[in-house]
Amino acid sequence: MIPAAFEYHRPPDLAAAIAALRDYGDDARVVAGGHSLIPMMKLRMAEIPHLIDLQAITALKGISIDGSTVRIGAMTTQAELIAHDGLASLAPILRETALQIADPQVRYVGTIGGNVANGDPGNDMPALMQCLDAGFILAGPDGERTVSAREFYQSAYVTLREDGEILTAVSFEATGGGHAYEKQKRKIGDYATAAAAVLMVKDKTACSRASVAMTNLSDVPVWSKAAGDALAGTSCGPADIDAAVAAMLADIAPTADNRGPVEFKRHVAGVILRRAIARAWSRA
Amino acid sequence: MKKMQLTLTVNGEAHDVLAEPRELLIHVLRERLGLTGPHIGCETSHCGACTIDMNGRSVKSCTVFAAQADGATITTIEGLGAPGALHPLQEAFREHHGLQCGFCTPGMITRAYRLLQENPSPTEAEVRMGMAGNLCRCTGYQNIVKAILAAATEMNTLKEAAE
Ligand SMILES: Cc1cc2nc3c(=O)[nH]c(=O)nc-3n(C[C@H](O)[C@H](O)[C@H](O)COP(=O)(O)OP(=O)(O)OC[C@H]3O[C@@H](n4cnc5c(N)ncnc54)[C@H](O)[C@@H]3O)c2cc1C
Ligand code: FES
Ligand code: FES
Repeated sequence: MIPAAFEYHRPPDLAAAIAALRDYGDDARVVAGGHSLIPMMKLRMAEIPHLIDLQAITALKGISIDGSTVRIGAMTTQAELIAHDGLASLAPILRETALQIADPQVRYVGTIGGNVANGDPGNDMPALMQCLDAGFILAGPDGERTVSAREFYQSAYVTLREDGEILTAVSFEATGGGHAYEKQKRKIGDYATAAAAVLMVKDKTACSRASVAMTNLSDVPVWSKAAGDALAGTSCGPADIDAAVAAMLADIAPTADNRGPVEFKRHVAGVILRRAIARAWSRA
Repeated sequence: MKKMQLTLTVNGEAHDVLAEPRELLIHVLRERLGLTGPHIGCETSHCGACTIDMNGRSVKSCTVFAAQADGATITTIEGLGAPGALHPLQEAFREHHGLQCGFCTPGMITRAYRLLQENPSPTEAEVRMGMAGNLCRCTGYQNIVKAILAAATEMNTLKEAAE
């Protein structure tokens, strides 16, 4: 499987990468780890005359933590997320999620920037970023702006990123509390049949705040505000969890594919969310 | 399409290679450098037969463009051991019947090498998790896991003896 021919560019810094995107316009795409893009190019589902490799741009790498503010450079790999102890103690849901993505080889090269910019509903990081209320920092010819992860996704592979923009980092406030990323997949290395990201903050015996987001159950990741609201202010009893699951089910819109028919996916979504809530609450 | 001059350090030797940017790294290794140890199984990033070590990471070389590897330091199965001077992992795979047809073996051993660099004394569960990107259609994995655990012990013993 050989992709269509392309010209290869490895800009040394962000300004040069943005300039390359401007110069080649529709003919250019950036490549990060390449583990979503290269398979598409090999299948000739993507033909890209100018491939702009971000690997040399050191400003896109690294994790920084300032109090409860976390900033992760776009070119940080999933393996680097997993290995980072500071991140694991402040926001352990990142390690838990990253460990459920693909396999070790893919995690060594797949980046958080590529995972969230890709716009594939099967990617796991987008729902997690919505759950965390992260912001995506985009740099383009007109400077920098931040877009909320909860607004970024429009439809499959369509996001609010402009063609000339590069995602430089994701940033969020760590809220503490209990967490869980629960994923149902057919086999190791598979995308989710359904997955749920849950964060819950506990105040004495009650849940003071909850955030719920779902993966691969619509053409975009689904942050279910209603599901989080159904848990907030409750003691997370069976009726409260039923209400949260019902609210989530009203927000998703799965379609039938080789992972199963719609009814099955809705069933799995409910099971997965219940498990995620139970685990997050037990850790809150 | 214009070819590119690439510089690769493979198994300790510097190579200048002329290749199209779109060539897959596995093809460069096998066809231009004659290193046929890493295999092509699925060619779709799933089986791990093409696993090599690139800049200290286990990578599926069917999912890397030649151009991306420019400047990289690479180790393939050929760089780990040689007939008569097998790497402890190669020795352990033989001893514990960690292979049958052998097709997955170069990828298995190259991946296991990196796993043991990062975690010299893994548990069985850690070996299984760490080898999750490599498929084998013959052995049922049991003896592969055994071989890696045995190699870990042997490598730790050799290291202690050397200190
Ligand atoms: C066998 C296999 C199994 C997988 N399983 C999973 C899984 O279970 N869950 C999961 O989430 N993912 C999975 N993946 C995908 C993997 O995690 C990808 O690596 C990831 O989705 C994309 O990251 P990347 O760095 O490889 O991006 P690339 O493939 O390099 O890029 C993906 C897209 O994003 C764009 N892009 C990349 N970086 C930027 C940036 N900084 N700014 C703007 N645009 C950018 C590219 O132009 C491209 O369109 C799997 C991949 C494989 C091969
Ligand atoms: S040949 Fe590369 S993963 Fe199968
Ligand atoms: S020994 Fe035959 S595929 Fe593993």
